[in-house]
Amino acid sequence: MVRTIMRVFRGDSTGGQYEEYPVEVSEGQVVLDVIHTVQAEQALDLAVRWNCKAGKCGSCSAEVNGKPRLMCMTRMNLFEPGATITVAPMKTFPLIRDLVTDVSFNYEVAKTIPAFKPRPPEADGTYRMMQEDIDRGQEFRKCIECFLCQNVCHVIRDHPENKPNFAGPRFFVRLAELDMHPLDTVDRLELARKDAGIGYCNITKCCTEVCPEDIHITDNAIIPLKERVADRYYDPLRWIGRKLKGK
Amino acid sequence: MPDYETHEYDVLVIGAGGAGLRAAIEASAQGARTALVCKSLLGKAHTVMAEGGIAAALGNVYEQDNWQVHFRDTMRGGKMLNNWRMAQLHAQEAPDRVHELENWGALFDRTADGRILQRDFGGHRYARLAHVGDRTGLEMIRTLQQHAVHNGIDVFMECTISRLLKDGDRVSGAIGYWRESGKVIVFNAKAVVLATGGVGKAFKITSNSWEYTGDGHSLAYWAGADLIDMECVQFHPTGMVWPPSVRGILVTEGVRGDGGTLTNSDGVQFMFNYITPYFASETADTIEEAERWYDDKRNNRRTPNLLPRDEVARAINSEVKAGRGSPHGGVFLDIASRRSAEYIRRRLPSMYHQFKQLADVDITATAMEVGPTMHYIMGGVRVDADTAQSTVPGLFAAGECAGGMHGANRLGGNSLSDLLVFGRRAGLGAAEYAGNLRATPKLDQEALDGVVKEMFSPFDHGSAAENPYTIQHELQDTMHTLVGIIRNKSELDEAMVQVRGYQERAQRAGVEGHRQYNPGWHLSIDLKSMLTVSEAIARAAETRKESRGGHTRDDYPDPSPEWGKVNVVVRQGPGGDMRISTEPLPQMPADLQALFEEAH
Ligand SMILES: Cc1cc2nc3c(=O)[nH]c(=O)nc-3n(C[C@H](O)[C@H](O)[C@H](O)COP(=O)(O)OP(=O)(O)OC[C@H]3O[C@@H](n4cnc5c(N)ncnc54)[C@H](O)[C@@H]3O)c2cc1C
Ligand code: SF4
Ligand code: SF4
Ligand code: FES
Repeated sequence: MVRTIMRVFRGDSTGGQYEEYPVEVSEGQVVLDVIHTVQAEQALDLAVRWNCKAGKCGSCSAEVNGKPRLMCMTRMNLFEPGATITVAPMKTFPLIRDLVTDVSFNYEVAKTIPAFKPRPPEADGTYRMMQEDIDRGQEFRKCIECFLCQNVCHVIRDHPENKPNFAGPRFFVRLAELDMHPLDTVDRLELARKDAGIGYCNITKCCTEVCPEDIHITDNAIIPLKERVADRYYDPLRWIGRKLKGK
Repeated sequence: MPDYETHEYDVLVIGAGGAGLRAAIEASAQGARTALVCKSLLGKAHTVMAEGGIAAALGNVYEQDNWQVHFRDTMRGGKMLNNWRMAQLHAQEAPDRVHELENWGALFDRTADGRILQRDFGGHRYARLAHVGDRTGLEMIRTLQQHAVHNGIDVFMECTISRLLKDGDRVSGAIGYWRESGKVIVFNAKAVVLATGGVGKAFKITSNSWEYTGDGHSLAYWAGADLIDMECVQFHPTGMVWPPSVRGILVTEGVRGDGGTLTNSDGVQFMFNYITPYFASETADTIEEAERWYDDKRNNRRTPNLLPRDEVARAINSEVKAGRGSPHGGVFLDIASRRSAEYIRRRLPSMYHQFKQLADVDITATAMEVGPTMHYIMGGVRVDADTAQSTVPGLFAAGECAGGMHGANRLGGNSLSDLLVFGRRAGLGAAEYAGNLRATPKLDQEALDGVVKEMFSPFDHGSAAENPYTIQHELQDTMHTLVGIIRNKSELDEAMVQVRGYQERAQRAGVEGHRQYNPGWHLSIDLKSMLTVSEAIARAAETRKESRGGHTRDDYPDPSPEWGKVNVVVRQGPGGDMRISTEPLPQMPADLQALFEEAH
């Protein structure tokens, strides 16, 4: 058992402050465990989201010592024993209470992406797809919608006014996934360019760095998508050039 | 009297896991005005955590597989307590439901010729589980969620339903609150579908999340519906045991399906010592045969490492009790000696990740320590197999909160398929029922006011209030130690005394602060359903005087033919007291019965 001070943000949309809670931390605990101890013993109404406690549902996103993380996958032994640990809500989304933010922005964006529409099946009514043709799509479908990438992207973190014109990295992943889906028939490139605003992204890779699922958001989703958009809309010559270089 | 908003719908679906989403999609496709309500954000329900796969006799890996074999495995796994008609519909319709997910965009792992790959799992005769690595539930919930978004379903997230409302005998809607604001919300609906999942949070060591407080079971019970098989609780044999803070987190059966074996502290593969006569004819009894089975499944019998979960969980429990456990009170699960690191990381990425990050264990190099964890409840709302309607008109149930499908023990992979098959049927049933009603039933204003008053009472208890977290922790201890894997009369009696004590204290559970996103208040309300299901489980367990599947009594260690013919039924008496009875199982027709008589 090590005594630690948890410095937790308490407040709502009208304002708030950090409060310090001394707690005993036992072996193997993660930040979420310690937050739960605080909640059960010292602050019964401390608001926090969680479900799986195993990095699978993407509910428990927060900023721990300034870094966007899943609280359930952040071991306490990552930090100096006894050091004060600061836990704050995600900054990019409006605060509801304490560590809980209003992430409805993401659900609204999801609605604007046209549904998957498959080509007709084989004669037996099912589909054939080769594993190597879906590997990339499966990488994207690992997304647990923790929205940490959305939280960290400076396009909306520092400029909330961009939100109506920018879908964010999570949805570039989704668009890329649909674009590469062997069965899908819908063209969403115009959407990626215009409404989703992929042009705002200047490939800082901050989103990739925080993704708990290790999805290569920039290299595997955003850059190929940007190239597809560029090929179509801006630069037919570059498209030919790439073909010649065999890329 | 606080203000509240009222919404009118044809069909109200409570719960947005696999079952609720599939039900809402179907009801809406039938033209019903449909609302979908969930306690968490959309896409975070338990279904997202499912790992190993969806059972369906697609026959892609073994073409001999068909619905009859799947049906037979399911019934035998459930120790024949299943509702045969549900098991039949499930086995027949699961393949179509899986293909449907593919039509909606799911990307399952593939066979060499490009079809859906299937993996081995406990109790399934053939490799049968369609999967995506070890994150099948995520694939399923995301596919359904993305499909539902475009179907005109109204979603109410982070909204908890506290009680169903009735007009005479019929359901007329439900009342609940927004978690974010604490404001009351009322639904006036012609039909209600319960899809709220399980009860795991009543137990100390569990793979389940905070949402599993038995709300759907309790909502149905309070509304007068029957619950069946509540004594049948599944302890998954392999949960993490170390470090303490992760105790109970699931280790998918896919580890054993893909080649993992269980050993004790002497290095012995102990499962060979626990092959019951019931499964003897289909299980390898030597290590040599079991080893050969991994490569030649046609000419060898299955490894006992893949016996159904109830068998394996009891075996682990006995090994630990006999002093042959691992250092932290589990046993060893080893896949590293059979499979390459690359294979393990590809097939079981989230297990690899989970052990590495949470326990500093590299499963490609060393064995895991595992032990039983409360995982699933077979018991639930008694429903009509074809329509999923409960014993209350207009009230439907599907998924984990419904009973009957899995009998006394569920086979792995049979839940995800259950969600799809009966989610769809519940959506159909509810839409059809709603379509036949001329007018929306009326809300009972008096009942409604009573519920609102009760909902806000935790703020009135002041400094004399009981801490709801403390009551929950004590309850979890009670259920774990007295109503766990192995039970007996005196412990169950003691459990009931303790549960009554908590029920009494829970009336005074209280919190400070305000109604906005206040988890202590939410828990004070959830306690009521947690305690109701705990009482139902303990009382049903006391009633069934035999051992069968997920219900084991050391004072009645054997299955009894007489008890094998009945369901234990729980329903609320007129004075609000809990009544327990036994009723005969539905009779299986002769043509299906014949499947069990054939030589194997
Ligand atoms: C770790 C883990 C791994 C698993 N792996 C597998 C597997 O590989 N294969 C398999 O077949 N099964 C597996 N299972 C079992 C399976 O995942 C569950 O049984 C299944 O997902 C339950 O689905 P459901 O739709 O019934 O409920 P859930 O998915 O749990 O959804 C319940 C919904 O109800 C809502 N809800 C609950 N109460 C209320 C209320 N009062 N008001 C409003 N909403 C409410 C919740 O918010 C949630 O949306 C696994 C389970 C776990 C825990
Ligand atoms: S790479 Fe693009 S999307 Fe990702 S954080 Fe940077 S700007 Fe945002
Ligand atoms: S892409 Fe990664 S960081 Fe972004 S929401 Fe998905 S899992 Fe989270
Ligand atoms: S609680 Fe599910 S990801 Fe942390």
